[in-house]
Amino acid sequence: MDGRKGSAVTTYSHAPGFIAGDRPRIVTSRFEFPDSYTLQRYLATDGYAGLRAALGRPANEIHDEVKNATVLGRGGAGFPAGTKWGLTPQGVFPRYLVVNGDESEPGTYKDRLLMERDPHQLIEGCLIACYAAGLSQCFLYIRGEMALAQERVATALNEAYAAGYVGKNILGSKFSVDIVLHWGAGAYVVGEETALIESLEGNRGMPRLKPPYFPAAIGLYGQPTIVNNVETLANLPWLMRNGAEAYTAIGTKTSPGTRMVAVSGHVKRPGVYEIINGVTTFRDLLFNEEYCGGIRNGHKLKAFVPGGGSAPWFTEDQLDVAFEGPQAGAAGSMLGSGAVMVMDETTDIPAAALTLTRFYAHESCGKCTPCREGGTWLERILSRIVDGKGTDADLAQLIEVGTSICPGDFPHASSKRLGLDAVPFPYKMNTICFVGPSAYAPINSALVLFPEEFAARVTKRTMIPVTAVGAAS
Amino acid sequence: MARLSDENVRLAKEIIGRYPRARSATIPLLHLAQQQDGYVTNEAMAHIGELVGATSAEVYGTASFYEMFKFEPVGKYLINICGTLSCALMGAEDLMHHAEHKLGVKLGGTTDNGMFTLERAECQAACTEAPCLQVNYRYRFRVTNADFDALVDDLASGRLTDEIPPHGTVARVRQHIPAERGVGAVPPEDVTEAPSWMDGKAAL
Repeated sequence: MDGRKGSAVTTYSHAPGFIAGDRPRIVTSRFEFPDSYTLQRYLATDGYAGLRAALGRPANEIHDEVKNATVLGRGGAGFPAGTKWGLTPQGVFPRYLVVNGDESEPGTYKDRLLMERDPHQLIEGCLIACYAAGLSQCFLYIRGEMALAQERVATALNEAYAAGYVGKNILGSKFSVDIVLHWGAGAYVVGEETALIESLEGNRGMPRLKPPYFPAAIGLYGQPTIVNNVETLANLPWLMRNGAEAYTAIGTKTSPGTRMVAVSGHVKRPGVYEIINGVTTFRDLLFNEEYCGGIRNGHKLKAFVPGGGSAPWFTEDQLDVAFEGPQAGAAGSMLGSGAVMVMDETTDIPAAALTLTRFYAHESCGKCTPCREGGTWLERILSRIVDGKGTDADLAQLIEVGTSICPGDFPHASSKRLGLDAVPFPYKMNTICFVGPSAYAPINSALVLFPEEFAARVTKRTMIPVTAVGAAS
Repeated sequence: MARLSDENVRLAKEIIGRYPRARSATIPLLHLAQQQDGYVTNEAMAHIGELVGATSAEVYGTASFYEMFKFEPVGKYLINICGTLSCALMGAEDLMHHAEHKLGVKLGGTTDNGMFTLERAECQAACTEAPCLQVNYRYRFRVTNADFDALVDDLASGRLTDEIPPHGTVARVRQHIPAERGVGAVPPEDVTEAPSWMDGKAAL
């Protein structure tokens, strides 16, 4: 082990990006070991003990335990896993588990680390979920670009099959389930659960029309299907070993446990931290020495994206918001996938917004017109503004296109500087999934919170009234 | 070489056998085709269609949706430089300009010797290690211009052959389910009953 300990944090050269602190660690407890991904290390550190404990009890009790622990989904929506499992229709079989390892939300990475550093923990989590919810086959969908994660999970699965932890009669019990490793091939939208299912069926990864709102009703091959995020499932082995009471003793009642958050951009110590759910605030995370230690090189905080590229932005006015969904929602944004991107005062705000809008415009699957056309329009208009060729008519056009994707007031944070109140999350949308609204979210935040940066960038355009071209009568 | 080789057909059949419906194996088989030829050929797509029960147009319809599949030859090393927010904040644009200059190609271009293809990529999930890039989907973190030059020289001279396989190979380890351990996949219509462990009793 080569832990390098700073004042309050420890880093490991074998786990670049991950930063440990003096806090409970539910999902990253093995990251300190260079060989954390091997079966040998896993078994030496309580590995598969959670599964053994679960199989010693009836499946419905395990489902209840997960419900009682309120394990919130870590993929973005924050929906409790135990409740999600309960949405499958009675008596309809087979049911499937699809693991969403297609992590690609800008700013986010925790699932990649969990798959690279502790693949057996994920496999054990998958098995516990299948046992509790009666899911007879598991498909583990890993993002195509994550070569190391694919290799580590493939190796771990091969080890686990050989050792009797996966497959027929697991641990000699009547519980049998296959876990099939599946690689994606590069498409952000496939992170949306119905698009993920389409992709897994061998199709273009386009989200399905809703309702049904949950694939738990109709999912893979039209069967009840649970789609869970990697981090969500990685919580289950610890939960089975320690129980719901120990789990809910960490964090708050509505947001128990921990969660992994990646903080990137202009902070002194960018990294992936396992924080306390519901308790840790953005101020703790950005400024405390046990986390990021403040803004780089004595600069000042200008704005930050609190929950992945799709989330409306916060400024210093929201630093005391804790990692609790409803708090972030009331403040005008969301916690999303646990990704904070920090911008200091040197940041060109319209150009920063453009990098995100370009991402979502590029990743639109093309199914819904407001997103397919709107995303591209937003990118082109904003590019023009960033290049200094925009006019005030372009600013109005950005808002008009944005409103065609999301009608009504778009959520944003409050601003003391501008005397603005917050518009709470969520937004209304004219699209099936969140890609379209996400193309507009950074633009709306930038326009509302930093209007002067746009005003300084555009020239005034004189509109020619139609009547001036030719008289109507 | 454009249809799948005998060895790859054997692998393809093993992969297809894991899914309740063969069509689900389309993307894994496209990866197999790309690993074989460095890009996905029309003949390979037709062959995949035969194996999974789809037309070649349907296979192309799926394949063309996904960024990683290439339909014409690319460089032996595909270099993807991330340009999304976290990397942009840490100088990704400068790195891209430097890379274009060093390789003598624009983003999206391939060097004349067929060694390198340079692309702008979207978020690669390494945001704290910005700016980052991937070479054939292997990461390089906090890349400076000097790091980039050294990387290109190392790749060109073959010093990284062990670490970075040629374009087309993503993971070098495949899942293998031993016949005696696997449960096996069945079409969903052949299952109507609850799994045996859902009987209200402990499984162990």
